[in-house]
Amino acid sequence: MLAHTLKTALKVFLRRKFFTGVNLFGTALTLLVLVVATALLEHTIGPHAPELNGDRSLGVFNAKLRGDHYATNGPPGWKLLDLTVHGLPGAERVSIHSGFAPVATYQTGRKVDFYLKRTDAEFFRVFALRFLEGGPFGEEEVKTGARVAVLNASTKSKLFGADPAVGRTVETDGQRFRVVGVVEDVPSLRLTVFSDVWVPVTTARGDGYKQELIGSFLATIVGRTRADLPGIREEFRRRVAAVPLPKPGERLECAAETYVEAVAREFGFDENGTLAMTAIALALALLFMALPAINLVNLNVSRMLERASEIGVRKSFGATSRRLVGQFVLENVLLSLTGGMLGLLASLAVLAVINANDFIPYAKVGLNLPVFAAGLGFALVFGVLSGAYPAFHMSRLHPVTALRGGN
Amino acid sequence: MIRLENVEKVYQTDRIETIALSNINLDVKEGDFLSIMGPSGSGKSTLLHLMGLLDVPNKGKIAVGGKQIVSYGDKHLARIRNEEIGFVFQTFHLIPDLSVLDNVEIPLLYRDLKAAERKRRALAAIERVGLSSRAHHFPTQLSGGQQQRVAIARAIAGSPRILLADEPTGNLDSAMGDEIIAILTELNEKDGTTVVMVTHDARQASKTHRIVRLFDGRQVS
Repeated sequence: MLAHTLKTALKVFLRRKFFTGVNLFGTALTLLVLVVATALLEHTIGPHAPELNGDRSLGVFNAKLRGDHYATNGPPGWKLLDLTVHGLPGAERVSIHSGFAPVATYQTGRKVDFYLKRTDAEFFRVFALRFLEGGPFGEEEVKTGARVAVLNASTKSKLFGADPAVGRTVETDGQRFRVVGVVEDVPSLRLTVFSDVWVPVTTARGDGYKQELIGSFLATIVGRTRADLPGIREEFRRRVAAVPLPKPGERLECAAETYVEAVAREFGFDENGTLAMTAIALALALLFMALPAINLVNLNVSRMLERASEIGVRKSFGATSRRLVGQFVLENVLLSLTGGMLGLLASLAVLAVINANDFIPYAKVGLNLPVFAAGLGFALVFGVLSGAYPAFHMSRLHPVTALRGGN
Repeated sequence: MIRLENVEKVYQTDRIETIALSNINLDVKEGDFLSIMGPSGSGKSTLLHLMGLLDVPNKGKIAVGGKQIVSYGDKHLARIRNEEIGFVFQTFHLIPDLSVLDNVEIPLLYRDLKAAERKRRALAAIERVGLSSRAHHFPTQLSGGQQQRVAIARAIAGSPRILLADEPTGNLDSAMGDEIIAILTELNEKDGTTVVMVTHDARQASKTHRIVRLFDGRQVS
């Protein structure tokens, strides 16, 4: 029976090449977008090195200082973080570091652009950067403002080629840094960790940053366990409320939040809006799948109408409606799975292009098993969604009506 | 083998009620070869569809193979159609995507049979209609007469006791028509298959045991 169904399905697909092509293209394209989007999302927020503790981490990404007639909004300043994040109960590690800023250097007569990030020594304990040469700078070097730097592999390669970099110097922004370590490239979508060069925070020009409530820093707080996070949030809130403000009547808003919460806030959701944002994202994904599925339902109804006579014959010779539904859904699932496989192959190709080019610097986007399984799952849902209704509709045709062509 | 008592079939649309068959009483005995004749629209095909359980009467009783049909549920009717009845249609209704062998196997797909046994029975039915050399051809590669022979092979592949043929020679020339009637006669005489045939052709009808005539949905003889 299965062999007969497969044979029939293959013949029908080959007879209706245009329909088959449209169907395969629709499924493959939808999957391509979903799989690539999922892979990028997973690449951005999934638990990968160097962010292995994402599930028990909080960040301080934004602060807002409000007066009666004004508001200053931006990344928190050093002073705010220094006053609030150290010694939080339940926190295992805390790091304060700047965002990444573009800088340039001239090496052997040519300009090399790169990003620079200023960090404390804890940064290298909070994040699992993989050292290829040397090691991180430590507390002492940060305390003394030693001009040392850790480079990523690509920058090291641009500056020094294949030669070892540790011990050599990089000059930028009027400062000369001695290279103490080289790490694997950090993908640019890992916004908290990403940079090309990391140097001690104390190498910043002047001490002005130490007085800022709103500035250019962020903090990462790793809890001992996930269960410690609510307590950390609460204590952080309490400490923020106690920060002395420059002018009377000003209010300071700043929260310790997860990365997803920070993204939700950027999109205008309130502090409890993560769930809503996730629901909207899921709804959009479902809608994205449902639209081609509805289109395919239409195509399938007309395709199956052409097979009304076959339905009549099969019913005349003993097929039940249920059996016919099974046959048509199976045909559709096969078609969708083929489209799914094509979509996955296309996704692999697109991900390879993303990895090989500079659209997303240092991206190492992979089609891992969960993404692959999700892709196949999408294809199956697609097959069932676009095949079930037409199959059910057609299987209920009266045998005599079906033999007359469905009219 | 098939008994109809006071059967009535009415087709109803929003405005019009059409009485397709009225007060039909018919008893088809085992081994009978029966023709149903009448002008177009007299209800011949409707009667055949009711006898084959492809349609449901509005009134009256139908018994097939000695069993009264009390439930018109999909599963129940499908089983009776599969085991007891074989259909031959005027326009053959072969599935163009499938080979002769695959078409003939269709009734056997809905039985609990292994693939090898299905193939053996289908090939035997194809041989019975003299088309062994065409088993792997497709319907479009065959003449009208050959296609109707394939349709007969499909109808008898499951060894049903009843064969219902709706104008089986209607799309064929007289020579091919004669061939088809010869096959149906042989099935009736040698295998004892009960054959009911709708036809316009008095010459072909005269070769059957008896003729039932319909006019405006009523049985007139």
